Amino acid sequence: MDLSLIIMQLLSGIALGSVLVITALGLTIVFGMLGVVNFAHGALFMIGAYAGLYLASLTGSFWWGLLLAPIFIGVFGMLIEFVLIRRLYGRSIDDPLLLTFGLSYILVEGVRIVFGSDGIPFPTPQQLIGVLDLGIGFFPRYRLFVIVLVAVVLLALYLALEKTRIGLIVRAGARDPVMMQVLGVDIGRVWLAIFGLGVGLAALGGVLAGPMRSVNPEMGSLVLAEAFVVTVIGGLGSIVGAVVAGLMVGISISLVALFAPEMATIVMFALMAVVLLIRPQGLFGVRGRTA
Amino acid sequence: MPNSVSTPKVTRRTALAGLSAGAALLAMPRIGRAADETIRIGFPTPLTGPFAAEARDQVKCAELAVKLVNDKGGIGGRKVELLVRDDKLNAGEAATRTLELIEKDKVHAVVGALSSAVQLAVNEVTRARGVIYVSISQSDTINEAKDFSKFTFHEALNPHMTTAAVARQTLKKGMKVAHLVADYAYGHEMLRGFKRAQAAIGADSVGEILHPFGAADYSTFMPRLMSMRPDVLCISNFGRDQANAIKQAVDFGVKQQMKIVVPVILHNQRLAVGPDVFEGVVGGANYYWGLEAQSKSAASFNAAFKAANGGAIPTDYGAYGYSGVGSLLAAMQAAGGTDTDKVVDALEKLQYDLTKGPQHYRKCDHQSVQSVLVLESKKKSAMANENDLFAVLANEAGSDDMLRSCSELGHAT
Repeated sequence: MDLSLIIMQLLSGIALGSVLVITALGLTIVFGMLGVVNFAHGALFMIGAYAGLYLASLTGSFWWGLLLAPIFIGVFGMLIEFVLIRRLYGRSIDDPLLLTFGLSYILVEGVRIVFGSDGIPFPTPQQLIGVLDLGIGFFPRYRLFVIVLVAVVLLALYLALEKTRIGLIVRAGARDPVMMQVLGVDIGRVWLAIFGLGVGLAALGGVLAGPMRSVNPEMGSLVLAEAFVVTVIGGLGSIVGAVVAGLMVGISISLVALFAPEMATIVMFALMAVVLLIRPQGLFGVRGRTA
Repeated sequence: MPNSVSTPKVTRRTALAGLSAGAALLAMPRIGRAADETIRIGFPTPLTGPFAAEARDQVKCAELAVKLVNDKGGIGGRKVELLVRDDKLNAGEAATRTLELIEKDKVHAVVGALSSAVQLAVNEVTRARGVIYVSISQSDTINEAKDFSKFTFHEALNPHMTTAAVARQTLKKGMKVAHLVADYAYGHEMLRGFKRAQAAIGADSVGEILHPFGAADYSTFMPRLMSMRPDVLCISNFGRDQANAIKQAVDFGVKQQMKIVVPVILHNQRLAVGPDVFEGVVGGANYYWGLEAQSKSAASFNAAFKAANGGAIPTDYGAYGYSGVGSLLAAMQAAGGTDTDKVVDALEKLQYDLTKGPQHYRKCDHQSVQSVLVLESKKKSAMANENDLFAVLANEAGSDDMLRSCSELGHAT
């Protein structure tokens, strides 16, 4: 087996991992900061893909869809937080879990009613069709774009959290919401924004996945399972963990696909089991955290 | 309330009379109604999950077949009713639903199931209860002696028929062939069919990759498939898996290097990913609406379907719903009722032409002998209208020669 094949395989794994990272990130941020296990995350990923497709066809450009869908669905997420989730803060963890579980069914059925349950074609943007010659092999332009875009989003998110005042408030709010309120910060607004951000990231993942997979109402359910696995491996609530674990899962799937293709999807669960045995709190999780 | 409208006054006496009359009607012995009792056909199909699009088309077509018979006064004056159940693409669910259909709903026969694994579960149940089952799922094993029973009929094409026809159109001696295969019964049977066909032609396998059923991402299989440098890539999977696998293969530039071939090219999946992705992909099919130019039965099937479904055209897997239920009802008509032995007899003798030309069930294994189409997905610019999806490369007339022989299947001959 030659080296170029292994490099191509690694690259496929990173592209696959990038979509996982962006989706798991939204899940882990919402859990880490709000303590809400969002079971509607997969459905919102799917809604994001539909919104991206709809906005792209409305404006005639994929790029508007890519930009606007996460924003619109993020705002929709804030509405969900304001109307539904907000009432359940401070209650046990299973209340929001059940709520979002029910919500995911409503969203999926809603899309089925509006768009039908068949898949809808989501064309790759004109500029990114085809393959790029990397010297050692050909790789789809679109997947290279996804890798770069996810890297940029991660960097922006890191800078926003670590280097800005809002980021400081968010981090402090996650640590000790009561103290933040004493200091005069409207913590409700911070949580609203965080939930919107998490949902927006799910939608972004959906739009990015659109041109790679067929867009259909069930596309979120598989993604939700993957995002949870990534979140658990990385450590619940850990942003760095989501990034590392997402790439790890993507690359593991890819390398296993090379040697034992029929095991490709099982490997992530095996990886999760191994990590949980060695570090029950996940790779970057904090021991004893019960948000 | 205006005076001109008088409210009917219900007196105590008439109310009592009405109630007792109703009670008498309900208490009437069942035997008295048996003559005009409806004929019930159970129809398990995966309405939810990755084959849902195909399943829904099957239901529409099955309902059409029932409606056409009812419009003509039913069978011996008895109306026909279709009982659709969601098998959720799960063998256990399908077995439970089928058992319920038989025990609780007292169906007279079962038609349906889309996945090959689920179909075998339905067959287990119907066989054990002695109920006729007309399968409309592709499978090679259901006709083999070990799964077969006199109650088992197979209306759909089987992997042996489609892969052979597709291979004859696309493979040549000395060609290199790679396989991407869904890791379950359907994929395995299609792979077996292709390998048998390519051996007969003299083409060589350069490798095969089994992928997990229902995977969303196929990108990780592409570098290795391309490194095998085949002339033809056979992708043997079904439903959304087909759409995703072809789409991602095309993204990786597979089509520049090799031809993509599938055992069964799916109308709905072609619609789901668009003409550019499917352009030039070749696959087998049981039906294509465009046959109406050559076939009178296709034209009348299309017309009936359009009339019942707001102008929409019937799809390949939909047609199975129509021919599966249609052939069963024709046999019941010939048998003059629902007596199982008589209907089995009638099905074995039946010559039918519902969608595309003459068909009959072969006596030894009850496989429907029928024509096989080979279709090629058209380029966007070559499409005359949005329904003009495929060019018909071949229309092989049905004959026993395209099936495995009865002795090969383990039947006494």
